[in-house]
Amino acid sequence: MNKKLLASPYIIWILIFTILPLALVIYYGFTAQTPDGIVFTLDNIKKISDPLYWKAFLLSARLSLLCTVICLILAYPLALILAKSGNGKKTLLVFFMILPMWMNFLLRTYAWLNLLEGNGVINTILQFFGIPKQQLVNTPFAVVLGMVYNFLPFMVLPIYNVLIKIDDSLIQASSDLGANKFVTFRKIIFPLSLPGVISGITMVFVPAITTFVISDILGGGKIQLIGNIIEQEFTFASNWHTGSGLSLVLMVIILFSMAIISKFDKDGEGAGLW
Amino acid sequence: MKKILIVILAMVSALSLSACNGSKKEKLYIYNWGEYMDPEVIEMFEKEFKVKIVDDEYETNEAMYAKVKTGAINYDVVFPSEYMVNKMQEENMLEELNYDNLPNFTQYIDPLINETIYKLDDSSASDEKMDPRFSVPYFWGTVGILYNTTMVDEEVTSWDILFDEKYSGNILMQNSVRDVFVPPLKLLGYSINTLNETELSEATQMLIDQKPLVQAYVIDQVRDKMIGNEAALAVIYSGEALITKEDNADLEYVVPQEGSNIWFDAVVIPTTTQNKELAEKFIDFLYRPDVAKLNADYSGYSTPNTGAFDLLDAEVQEDPAAYPSSETIAKCEIFQYLGTEGEELYLAKWQQIKGK
Repeated sequence: MNKKLLASPYIIWILIFTILPLALVIYYGFTAQTPDGIVFTLDNIKKISDPLYWKAFLLSARLSLLCTVICLILAYPLALILAKSGNGKKTLLVFFMILPMWMNFLLRTYAWLNLLEGNGVINTILQFFGIPKQQLVNTPFAVVLGMVYNFLPFMVLPIYNVLIKIDDSLIQASSDLGANKFVTFRKIIFPLSLPGVISGITMVFVPAITTFVISDILGGGKIQLIGNIIEQEFTFASNWHTGSGLSLVLMVIILFSMAIISKFDKDGEGAGLW
Repeated sequence: MKKILIVILAMVSALSLSACNGSKKEKLYIYNWGEYMDPEVIEMFEKEFKVKIVDDEYETNEAMYAKVKTGAINYDVVFPSEYMVNKMQEENMLEELNYDNLPNFTQYIDPLINETIYKLDDSSASDEKMDPRFSVPYFWGTVGILYNTTMVDEEVTSWDILFDEKYSGNILMQNSVRDVFVPPLKLLGYSINTLNETELSEATQMLIDQKPLVQAYVIDQVRDKMIGNEAALAVIYSGEALITKEDNADLEYVVPQEGSNIWFDAVVIPTTTQNKELAEKFIDFLYRPDVAKLNADYSGYSTPNTGAFDLLDAEVQEDPAAYPSSETIAKCEIFQYLGTEGEELYLAKWQQIKGK
């Protein structure tokens, strides 16, 4: 009973801030406002098949997949280096990794805008060396860059956390049995780090596919992601029903793709997400 | 299970107790656009009336509407644009104002602005105007083109310069559903409140063709970008234009000859108010000439307050960008609230443009 009591704040939190909002999203998603009152409908869900929305969704999926892959490629070696460095150095490196996260996410994104702009920092430096002005901002490239920059720590930290927990004796045993470094990595380290990789992918992919702020700031409003569409439904049109319906579809697609990814985690050691 | 209930009860009562303790001073909740009111005005009111003002800011009417509609915070005074006033009024979200409590308003409101905006008589010509019972104007202005004279060597007189390939990559448009349609609709000679599907499709096609020329669709960043010489031409509100000119002398603002949108932001009391009396005191305080002048200087927008206008610098009083001639105003239109279907039509067209 004591343990249950301790969990109650968390349960109340979940009820108010997860279950209740989710129930509201489902309620709005499956209903519509008509002159006769609120009626049940599937129209909000079906709207995803509208070529306009579907296109925005595909673009979101493409950019966020690209972002996830880049994050993984950057993060894995970084996590390895972090895990293998000495104690004092480790603390310092992790500190530097987390440091930017102490600043507000919007400020950091606006900072990128200043860097990438036509007369921004990067172009000024390029011009100093006689290289012509580059169109950096308001492109899909800028949006992916913003995503990678903002979400990279969410990939590094889970992988790092798993790597430092790998028992050194396993690696010693592997080399005792004649495996070289590559084989040890492929057969021991990588499979054992999979749970971290999977939670890293989840933590990068989900915010990336749903973002609307990064695409608005760094995409100059010219790149329309599914997040932007949902945001506009709520803000411009005050149409909570369509907004919720599209959010539900997005949620189901995310759950589905996460379920597929976790299949790769054969031993079921995945970070307990599924 | 009982223990859990006790914990919940304890938490709830603790919360409600702490809520009671904090409210010794009367509080006024205002919800305003960013950088739209001199912070000194808030301090003055707090001192004079011995109250505490809690102020939040928003970036678009739609964001404000969504938040007030949920009733999450009981705002006492908000500052919607005219079309949003109509919408809120239609949904019974606004309190009726008692003009007996607004002596400053009655004395200082500019009669020309008042009759341009509000339905003050029963003639059919005024059917498109607003109901004066629910709002008073805060600031008014126009939508026009801000251009950089070092990048644009011709005289800007028409909206069509925004569709000129010569300025490809140097054009900033408004990232806002209604504003973005002003240039094409006015160029085509249609009303900016049109619900005619063909007219709107024509305008949409113009904006789709224009998209490759547009550097970005922005709202608040227009200012910084124009000051930083990032673009040659931008669609902007008149008040913002005045502020940017202070920081970059190469910038000029013009209301194109085809006409434009004349807008005003109103002061209203939403039905969420807990203290209507104090809210009315605040609104009348805003109409005191010295206070209205402070806000006009701070925001750069045009004041509908004759007392404050007289206090302004001659340079501002004579600036056609801030206080255009009555002929220019005659070609401009107020945004009408288009109803849910009308709004969705505009949003659909806008998403079509953004999706290209």
